Amino acid sequence: MGGERDEKGSKIGMWLFLLSEILFFGALFVLYGTYRYKHPLDFHLASADLNRILGALHTLILITSSLTMAISITALRKRDRMISLLALAATLLLGLLFLVNKGLEWSVKFGHELYPNAPRLLSRPKGEVLFYGLYYSITGLHALHVLVGVVLISIVAFLVVKKRIDEKKMAPLENVGLYWHLVDIIWIFIFPLFYLIP
Amino acid sequence: MLKYGTFVKVWLALVLLTGLTLSLAGRPWGPLNMLTVLAIATFKSGLVASYFMHLSYEKGLGWLKGMILGVILLLAILIGLTFFDIAYR
Repeated sequence: MGGERDEKGSKIGMWLFLLSEILFFGALFVLYGTYRYKHPLDFHLASADLNRILGALHTLILITSSLTMAISITALRKRDRMISLLALAATLLLGLLFLVNKGLEWSVKFGHELYPNAPRLLSRPKGEVLFYGLYYSITGLHALHVLVGVVLISIVAFLVVKKRIDEKKMAPLENVGLYWHLVDIIWIFIFPLFYLIP
Repeated sequence: MLKYGTFVKVWLALVLLTGLTLSLAGRPWGPLNMLTVLAIATFKSGLVASYFMHLSYEKGLGWLKGMILGVILLLAILIGLTFFDIAYR
């Protein structure tokens, strides 16, 4: 087990990745902004079709999962391994709950024959078609990030159980935490932009 | 030192701000609506970044915070210039 461990370096590396993700989603938001500017009424009408309560639930799930993630990291710093693992398990469950919720939401839309490229969807006004295209792409991409996060949390939880992560070498746990918080932040912007168009 | 209590308070603030955002969405203020809602979203993200992501707590990360600000600035320029392009076509 040789080699210097550079915890600060790995944290900076994770932040660099997060910055690239911010630009990635940022570009998609620019696309959203452009199409919304061109079809304001269509976007408003299509947004009204989305379930705000479900959207708010998504937001609360992710916010709470960020809390449990932060608790998990602090607990490990204080050498409370049990609390850290419990909090990590809670984070994992909330992440899965988010995915289930998103799946439910999409399946409702599919039930109304509004899946991507559906004839019923394509027959709607152009702005609405664009809205749904953006909705499926952006929330889909975000859900994929949540899925990756869930996998990473599982791996890190395993490492904590195996004591390969402890209060002296916390970098993997902290970095997964950073990734998870970013996924939360991205959703914090997705929610008003898609669900709350006035 | 990071305390559980601080995190819970931040969480509570985030939940309340989400509720505020929801309640504002129905009001007919026009473009001011969206700006307010986005401002709240930005503030929420700031809370997550400072407290949950430990940016407020860690020392020696000055240039990292500078980079984060730089990227945000870059994004603002991207959004701003695209807006000026689209708006005046």
